[in-house]
Amino acid sequence: MAQTPSADVDRSRTQVAPSEQYNYDIVKKFAIMSIVWGVLGMGVGVWIASQLAFPFLNFDIPQITFGRFRPVHTTLVIFGFGGNALFATSYYIVQRTCQARLYGPKLAEFTFWGWNLAVALGVITYMLGYTQGREYAEFTWQIDLLITVVWVAYFLVYLMTLLRRSQPHIYVANWFFMAFILATAILHIFNNLAIPVSLFSLESYSLFSGVQDAMTQWWYGHNAVGFFLTAAFLGMMYYFVPKQAGRPIYSYRLSIVHFWALVFLYMWVGAHHLHWTALPDWVSTLAATFSILLLLPSWGGMINGIMTLSGAWHKLRTDPIMLFLITSLSFYGMATFEGPMMSLKSVNALSHYTDWTVGHVHSGALGWVAMITFGSMYHLIPRLWDTQLYSIRLVYVHFFLATIGIVLYITAMWVAGIGQGLMLRAFDEYGNLSYTFIETVVFLHQPYVVRALGGGLFLAGMLLMAYNIYKTIEPVRREAARQVASGRTETTASASRA
Amino acid sequence: MKHETIETNAGLLIALTLVVISIGGLVEIVPLFYIDDTVEEVEGVRPYTPLELRGRDLYVREGCYTCHSQMIRPFRDEMLRYGHYSLAAESMYDHPFQWGSKRTGPDLARVGGKYSNDWHVRHLIDPRAVVPESIMPGYPWLARRDLRYDDIERRMRALRIAGVPYSLTEEEFAANVERFGEETARQLDITRARENLEAQARRGNYDGDPSRITEMDAMVAYLQMLGTLVDFTRYDEGYFVEFR
Repeated sequence: MAQTPSADVDRSRTQVAPSEQYNYDIVKKFAIMSIVWGVLGMGVGVWIASQLAFPFLNFDIPQITFGRFRPVHTTLVIFGFGGNALFATSYYIVQRTCQARLYGPKLAEFTFWGWNLAVALGVITYMLGYTQGREYAEFTWQIDLLITVVWVAYFLVYLMTLLRRSQPHIYVANWFFMAFILATAILHIFNNLAIPVSLFSLESYSLFSGVQDAMTQWWYGHNAVGFFLTAAFLGMMYYFVPKQAGRPIYSYRLSIVHFWALVFLYMWVGAHHLHWTALPDWVSTLAATFSILLLLPSWGGMINGIMTLSGAWHKLRTDPIMLFLITSLSFYGMATFEGPMMSLKSVNALSHYTDWTVGHVHSGALGWVAMITFGSMYHLIPRLWDTQLYSIRLVYVHFFLATIGIVLYITAMWVAGIGQGLMLRAFDEYGNLSYTFIETVVFLHQPYVVRALGGGLFLAGMLLMAYNIYKTIEPVRREAARQVASGRTETTASASRA
Repeated sequence: MKHETIETNAGLLIALTLVVISIGGLVEIVPLFYIDDTVEEVEGVRPYTPLELRGRDLYVREGCYTCHSQMIRPFRDEMLRYGHYSLAAESMYDHPFQWGSKRTGPDLARVGGKYSNDWHVRHLIDPRAVVPESIMPGYPWLARRDLRYDDIERRMRALRIAGVPYSLTEEEFAANVERFGEETARQLDITRARENLEAQARRGNYDGDPSRITEMDAMVAYLQMLGTLVDFTRYDEGYFVEFR
């Protein structure tokens, strides 16, 4: 059973450098854009976190008020940073594990320009006040159409490359990427059904209303987490963890069981965002039940990843990339324990509408998604450019900045969320409410400052990474440019001699 | 069947994945369109007037839902703080829904009538002028900008396609009279949208400046009607419980 990503073994057989055997050019582009959007998106994140602590930072400028800037943050980090990282790693992994060159270089190029155009247009239109008003699906309808076309192209490139594979088995990472591509297509199309105001208007009204609209939106919203931010990143994990550890995946059987369980269960749980609302009780009870079941496949993935390192634990002492990967899996385990707990109706009654949810999202987004991406990028980028990382020491610094930043962020949000939740439901001895809403806002100030600080540390780490990557790539590019230039002077010299 | 069959066949892998990921959504979403009890029958709920609709558009534009919910849960503290818990019927004309997911500010489902127009105007222009501890951004441009409503008919037509009973024909108008009463039916008439909008802005004088119709007029008109449509004194508490 071929459960080690084994492309490297065959390099000697094919007798060509991997950069020629595979389409690395497209992977490079996506990888770079992932870092660019990451810096911007996290920067906006720190900015809006600061606005909540110090509201004068809104400056009465419409384009940067919290309400318009928050979708800019989520879009940049989820679709810009996360999306580009997924395109980069999935195009890399599918080639390496299938030992086949990427299908359709033009089509792949189109996915790059189309996707990044969508992200850029999205951000600009939100700031100008054009939004569908649905969380994580704020793109206007024209951008939604563009994304749909890009996604079909992505599916084709991926499928056709799979069909070119030179060995019978499809490696487990590709199952996850394929499930992510299919699920995202379904979610995107059904959640964005809308009636445009006119052909040339950026505005539209969603086709569904009220209860049905809420249910569709959170079926989409939670599976943006489940497939975009989890299944696909598990695909990343299934390649880069065994590669970096130099060991096969811990359990082939576990990967089968947890794959099918995960993709089945996730689609049921969206309604736990709508506990105690006007959504009928049967739906939210069903969602809570499946949310608890979801703990099992989630931890199946975590165990499979972490145990891959068994027998090579010493690598954690010497390899900061391994630190990133294993820490991300630990955060994944923690967030997927916290999630089912928060989906219990009694816990949700306290946690919903508070910063606890925000903290939970970020322990997943910063701890799991961003950390596994950092680890994967540090592994990937030197191989793409066929060089060494500029500084391992900076990777260590990045790791500690990121980890301390996350811990500050999450603990501040626990204090804020649980504290506010308890204050809002407190009664005095006469049966009156103990606190007004604004008193809880005053209480939130300190946690908000700490949160902005934590986010700032995380951003600092991201900037360090951008610098490290720049210094890694720059000499290679300069060398390549020098060779091209000297080649050109030689040809012109020989031409003039003739 | 061995799993090897699936993982050596891309078509089969895709087909099975599609089946497995479709089930959850089908079971939980599709019945919501067919089970009658999903949305309760109550008197008073009606589509937005043209001015309120434009106010709601602005509410969406400014991303108010990122900090304010419009969904009161059936808890004692929320009842005391915000009023009767929200009914599904109260958002049946909301395209898109604006229930929200985070209360950085208080819930707004029943904010209508709680404060004066003047309070809202001052609060929206500079929140800390009225609530010193507030962390809400100011929206002074709402008071400066003229409201755009040259496309109000097109907006109502789009919503009509989505199922909101705005009327275009005589029959539709008659049906609305039957359902909502004559006064409301007139407000839902697309052919009279502009004059209705202008008349309501003049009559309500929401921003305190009768000489022009600003975005502030629309926003305050919307906020002041939120949660006011259902008269809860007319219902027995047990009635709503049956729909949950």
